[in-house]
Amino acid sequence: MHDFYGTTLANGFMLGTAQYPSPAILANAFKRSGASVATVSLRRESGQDRAGQDFWQLIKDLGVHILPNTAGCHSVKEAVTTAHMAREVFDTKWIKLEVIGEEDTLQPDVFGLVEAARILSEDGFQVFPYTTEDLVVADRLLHAGCEVLMPWGAPIGSGLGLNNIFGLRAMRAHFPDVPLVIDAGLGLPSQATAAIEMGFDAVLLNTAVAKAGDPAAMAEAFATAIKAGQLARAADPMEPRDMAAPSTPVIGKAFLV
Amino acid sequence: MKLQLNGASIDAQVTTLAELLVAEGFGGAKVATAVNGTFVPALARADQILNAGDAIEVLAPMQGG
Repeated sequence: MHDFYGTTLANGFMLGTAQYPSPAILANAFKRSGASVATVSLRRESGQDRAGQDFWQLIKDLGVHILPNTAGCHSVKEAVTTAHMAREVFDTKWIKLEVIGEEDTLQPDVFGLVEAARILSEDGFQVFPYTTEDLVVADRLLHAGCEVLMPWGAPIGSGLGLNNIFGLRAMRAHFPDVPLVIDAGLGLPSQATAAIEMGFDAVLLNTAVAKAGDPAAMAEAFATAIKAGQLARAADPMEPRDMAAPSTPVIGKAFLV
Repeated sequence: MKLQLNGASIDAQVTTLAELLVAEGFGGAKVATAVNGTFVPALARADQILNAGDAIEVLAPMQGG
């Protein structure tokens, strides 16, 4: 169920490491989340304070899988170069591939995304593409070598949840055997539950936890919500219907008119 | 010679990228490097000759979503 490029994850919770009030709060949030994957990035380092080195030690101590991203990249070349740098620093083939196409929504440039995914897949990367719910793009990404797809729930950092339930449900139905991760846009644990109930294998989020008043508590709330979704999915939910159906037996009811 | 290091102008008396990293305080650090937009693997830094005006990027692990 949680198999990503041959790696089986303990759960479907991927958590970002940005925007926490402090490193200690970040570490505590991860501890209470039980998340199996941490997303990280690369930024310019200073030879004086070497801040990235302390962060790297903190991340290693979390004991989770590392998923580096190409956040902020707007071109294929930029994303591919960043991916190569990330592979060397983090010593992993995994790359969360982002090629941003539009600033207001941070919507992926799906044309550049497919091209970058092809280049990186051919070079041995295991690509986790941040994409939309567009089925044609998804199919192109699979043909480019991706074995995982990560459609957005809503724009990054918006907290709007699952903007296009129909599109996401169609994606799940269309690619029943492809690991699918809802990446970005979740704001509440109930939205994570809905995604997992719908059949998504995992959720990836950051802002909803990091910007909560109590990030550690929110991390645990998301973990519980994901677990609830998994239990519900496995329990084979009833089919919804338009008309009421009495749950209390009608037979044997007294005639009291 | 004049170089651009992470977007800032510096004056460095070095020949290779490996020498620059040591001179600028990155010795032993977990970093990735690029010169003029092209990735330079760690094993190639000693052979990467720098020229005046080159733009060097030195990146390290950072928070990400």
